[in-house]
Amino acid sequence: MRVDFFKGAILALCIGFSGDLFAEDADIQTLRSELLELRSDYEARIADLERRLAIAEQNAMQANYAAQPAPAASAGSNTAFNPAIGVIFTGNVWNYARDPDGYAVQGFPYGGEAGPISEGLSLGETEIIMNANVDDKFTAWLTAAIAVEDGEAAVELEEAWVEATALPAGFGARFGRFFSKIGYLNGKHAHTWDFADQPLPYQAFLAGQLVDDGLQLRWLAPTDLYLELGGEALSGTNYPASGRGNSGVGSYSLFANLGGDVGTSSSWLAGVSILDATATERPSGDEDNPWLFTGDSRLLTAQFVWKWAPDGNWRDRNLVVQAEIMRRSEDGQYEGFGFAPERYDVDQYGWYAQAVYQPLPRWRVGGRIDALSTDNPGPVFDGSLLAAPDNDPTRYSIMADWANSEFSRLRLQYTRDDAGLLGDNQWGLQYIHAIGAHGAHAF
Amino acid sequence: MRHLFCASVLALLPFSVHADLNVFACEPEWAALATEIGGEHVTAYSATTALQDPHYIQARPSLIAKVRNADLVICSGAQLEIGWLPALLQKANNPKVRPGAPGYFEASSYVLRLGATANVDRSQGDIHPQGNPHIQTNPHNVAAVAAALKKTMRELDAAQAETYESRYADFSKRWEDAIRVWEDKAAPLRGKRAITHHKSWVYLESWLGIVEAGNLEAVPGLPPTATHLSKLTTEFADHGADFIIRSPYQDSRPSQWLSERTGIPAVVLPLTVGGTDQATDLFGLYDDIIERLLGAIG
Repeated sequence: MRVDFFKGAILALCIGFSGDLFAEDADIQTLRSELLELRSDYEARIADLERRLAIAEQNAMQANYAAQPAPAASAGSNTAFNPAIGVIFTGNVWNYARDPDGYAVQGFPYGGEAGPISEGLSLGETEIIMNANVDDKFTAWLTAAIAVEDGEAAVELEEAWVEATALPAGFGARFGRFFSKIGYLNGKHAHTWDFADQPLPYQAFLAGQLVDDGLQLRWLAPTDLYLELGGEALSGTNYPASGRGNSGVGSYSLFANLGGDVGTSSSWLAGVSILDATATERPSGDEDNPWLFTGDSRLLTAQFVWKWAPDGNWRDRNLVVQAEIMRRSEDGQYEGFGFAPERYDVDQYGWYAQAVYQPLPRWRVGGRIDALSTDNPGPVFDGSLLAAPDNDPTRYSIMADWANSEFSRLRLQYTRDDAGLLGDNQWGLQYIHAIGAHGAHAF
Repeated sequence: MRHLFCASVLALLPFSVHADLNVFACEPEWAALATEIGGEHVTAYSATTALQDPHYIQARPSLIAKVRNADLVICSGAQLEIGWLPALLQKANNPKVRPGAPGYFEASSYVLRLGATANVDRSQGDIHPQGNPHIQTNPHNVAAVAAALKKTMRELDAAQAETYESRYADFSKRWEDAIRVWEDKAAPLRGKRAITHHKSWVYLESWLGIVEAGNLEAVPGLPPTATHLSKLTTEFADHGADFIIRSPYQDSRPSQWLSERTGIPAVVLPLTVGGTDQATDLFGLYDDIIERLLGAIG
């Protein structure tokens, strides 16, 4: 403002002089050029002054700001005291050539919530997630899933855990209800899956995903190579356990994970785990006339995940390849369907391998093979669902998805299912949308 | 026997080298700054490189292991790293560097953030309600962060307090001198108009008096669309801007496409240390930014 006034005054002064003292043409010419020179000189100086003033102002502002006490740290939490709240919406339209109501896999009666996605239009689980630090030593997480069952909305407590955050020496502890850390996919929320359903070994051996009440202890080695060791004690309520055996501590797990980078473009994670579960009259197969298993169930899992992006720049292009293999050994007895309790001692295997490629921002394509195989439990089970199938149950899936932003995704999936009793072609569309606070995704 | 096995396995694993301060920086500029202040007394590791978009980083196992062993975590903050840093902190089991602890340092807390807004909605794109997090493009911001960082480093490693103090004083003096040189050199950039790929350069623009004329991204954080680009072609036909700026990790095609159609030069600017061959340290970063912008306006 002041500068402008100054500039105007100088110019007015120069112009005033010119009118009063000189009249001849040549002189006017000279004067004009002098004036122009003067003007450009002043303009340059004024511009310089303006620039210095702006910088000085900015510096002063900066100095004032820096002198203020630092505000509380904020990146880890989305709100001050209220928990971060997010909602995830999912829905499907799925098409089957054969009626999925009678879907079953020979040799592997499914337990819990395992099974095909509802036929036709259906709402998936709507998840409400809340989390916040409790205080300086604890943080807590809640996932409530609202599912529609038989036309009625039911709220299911999917996760409710508290984690100790101030343990020394690389220890971490979690208690409450949580997804077990066995395997790779078990700890993943459904909205982060690359395919709309879990692969066969997860469906057959973990009823989709193992969630249970209990305690988890983890230790992270002080090494540059990522090495995590841990274990869990679980109530043994959920498949593959049942009936809260061992006085309510029915399942135990141990796990080890190892990971690192190869150059700047690739990173990997490998792991092994063991789950020991006690089952007491564990229902599986037909809902109304279930098979009941009583005995010990042991699940061994090994997994490997490789992620690649050019220069590690994930945004534009990336590839994820992953595979898991599981072995389940069950020793006990089955009863049901007019069968008196019969000895059942069988080893079963399951595996899947998948690759998902993002060729350009927003778009991904992927393929997956998943399969199961089992020993024959013996002639007494011949003709029943527990008998070994002639061919190993296998599926082949492909998918393509489009994410407008990291909060919305639309997916098309096709599956050739040779796992069910009758071969089937299945395809579907899925949407996954998230609103509100959204936690960072794990590797 | 089992103990022997465990001991031998652990002996084989590479343990991190001991330094007075183990620094985990989310971005290369903060690793460089910590090294300027700490010298040989810090081991600074940067989670990202200049060729990676810091909004989109995988919470990799290697990063969790690094955070596990860190005494100090330095990040830009203002939700720049919200997609991955919380996952690292949650899994690293290291109470020294959790938000709120002295070892957690958010650089953007110490500067005046531009573009902070109370009314946000995700339909506006991937915006940061706490303001623009790309604060490192104004050297005055770096100076403010350096002062705060020195204080934090003194507190965390009192044994080396004197060293940090004197190294900071030295850096600060060289930095102020460099700023004066940059500002004189960059005088011709004042009033020039820039189209930027993402809103990564608002602090540079406010520092040097460059006008932000437009963005290649129609909505912040979402890839540039064909519709938006052709709209820009019409808008900036006949040299309506002086340069089109992108960072090395951003797709070169949108800026080149627009440049070919409008004749406005496309410029790649290092957003952080390591972004170009010349940007080897913090000083080289600004030298190169200004050099490249001056080169574009001829």
